[in-house]
Amino acid sequence: MDVAIIGIGLHRFGRSPELSGMQQGAAAVRAALADAGLTWKDMQFAYGGSQDAGNADALTNELGLTGLQFTNIWNGCATGGSSLHAACSAIKSGEYDIGVVVGFDKHPRGAFNPQPSEWGLDEWYGETGMMLTTQFFALKTQRYMHDHGITEDALIRVSEKAFLNGSLTPTAWRQQPLSYDEIANSAMVSDPLRKYMFCSPAEGGAALIVCSPEKARQLTSKPLFIKAAAVRTRHYGSFEVFAPSQAMDVADAPTVTASKAAFELAGIGPEDVDVMQLQDTDSGTEIIHMAENGFCEHGEQEKLLREGATGIHGRLPINTDGGCLANGEPVGASGLRQVYEICVQLRGEGGARQVPNQPRVGYTHVYGAPGLSGVNIITK
Amino acid sequence: MTQQIPIHEGLFSWPASKPQLLGSRCRHCAEAAFPAQPDCRSCGSRETDIVELGDRGTLWTWTIQTFMPKQPYHSDETEQTFTPYGVGYVEMPGGVRVESRLQQNTPEQLQIGMPMQLQIVPFRNHEDGSQLMTFCFTAVEE
Ligand SMILES: [Zn+2]
Repeated sequence: MDVAIIGIGLHRFGRSPELSGMQQGAAAVRAALADAGLTWKDMQFAYGGSQDAGNADALTNELGLTGLQFTNIWNGCATGGSSLHAACSAIKSGEYDIGVVVGFDKHPRGAFNPQPSEWGLDEWYGETGMMLTTQFFALKTQRYMHDHGITEDALIRVSEKAFLNGSLTPTAWRQQPLSYDEIANSAMVSDPLRKYMFCSPAEGGAALIVCSPEKARQLTSKPLFIKAAAVRTRHYGSFEVFAPSQAMDVADAPTVTASKAAFELAGIGPEDVDVMQLQDTDSGTEIIHMAENGFCEHGEQEKLLREGATGIHGRLPINTDGGCLANGEPVGASGLRQVYEICVQLRGEGGARQVPNQPRVGYTHVYGAPGLSGVNIITK
Repeated sequence: MTQQIPIHEGLFSWPASKPQLLGSRCRHCAEAAFPAQPDCRSCGSRETDIVELGDRGTLWTWTIQTFMPKQPYHSDETEQTFTPYGVGYVEMPGGVRVESRLQQNTPEQLQIGMPMQLQIVPFRNHEDGSQLMTFCFTAVEE
């Protein structure tokens, strides 16, 4: 059984000093309700989460104490994906037929500073300077480039595309395109990744109204359908963040297993996807995720990027709203921003960033510490 | 002379004429881990032994930490005195890749596949006046 998306809402990403993270979440829910032509009282359940902006169920103080079932979800970068997965299960089970999924966040400026004890590690690991996600993504990208013949040119082109797409997206944080040379000459942060190749912690909110297909037929003429929602964690041997050691035999990443599971659920393959959102914590991971999600062979990215295949008018349009690189990373909201953007594209409402030829199948992918991934496949 | 103590017990054999990294190996599937784990992440067995992982390996991947990390990083450095450091995974003869600080800190000095030697080095001064020692790897001639 499919689950329908009948309302989408976003509070702009970036910095909103006048608003709390919670208020940005509430704004996204109000926008999604307005988009669906519904009110908060129509919602039977809610799933939502944030990392640093409070318990999602406190949103009821803003939106109304209607007594609905509200479950807080916290699952790192897969918080949005896990909320959506839970909502789909609630509808498929038949217990409910309409509800809301919401993610929001507001992080302090600067890099995240995770604590070893929260990740099952001893203090020395953090004290000696190895507890940084930026290092991990650099280490993984460095090895990937070595194994698959990827050069710095590809890293630069990913960022160039991200900031161009961001400049076409009114809700994106980064509104200015950056030239190839500006990116290539930006400061080296963690070899091989430079300043403009990393996303930054940010703020924002995103929400979706989901319901059963029957309900969707009564309520809207333009429903979209979730064909698959899959969340997977790491296997022994996959190369993950915050790992003092790694096994010699490298296993498939959780992205690979989540992606395969989602394609199997949807009964389609990567070649059927018209537009995709892939986690781009940095330009290296977008390149790796292109192959891990099955959209190309390992090593093929260099050529695809040089040809512009991943641009809005290319044959593999990736991160049409500028992705995390141009929107920043409010952890609780990012995954649902991806779904929001895919819905915009499938509805044909992308304006200056609209993918041509009426895309019919969209794909979203998140990846985060300590090795989990969430994939959704959405169709008209 | 300042007393030197390891930053954490059980990471390496030291003091010793040839210090070794210490890890664990599963009695059932033989997979190794660093630091030593009481449980095996590969097969789930609870029977592991402490083993020496060696003192030489090859560099599997690397990066350079160019800015001073926020807490939990805890060194004696200030923003002014911070020195960039290398970080990498070193493939050990004990059958595991270990993440470590590297003595080399420029791209010209680092290359995947190069041989690396374990060193036990001072990291920072402890509040009680002793010196905390940690492990790192340095590039060596073949
Ligand atoms: Zn075992």
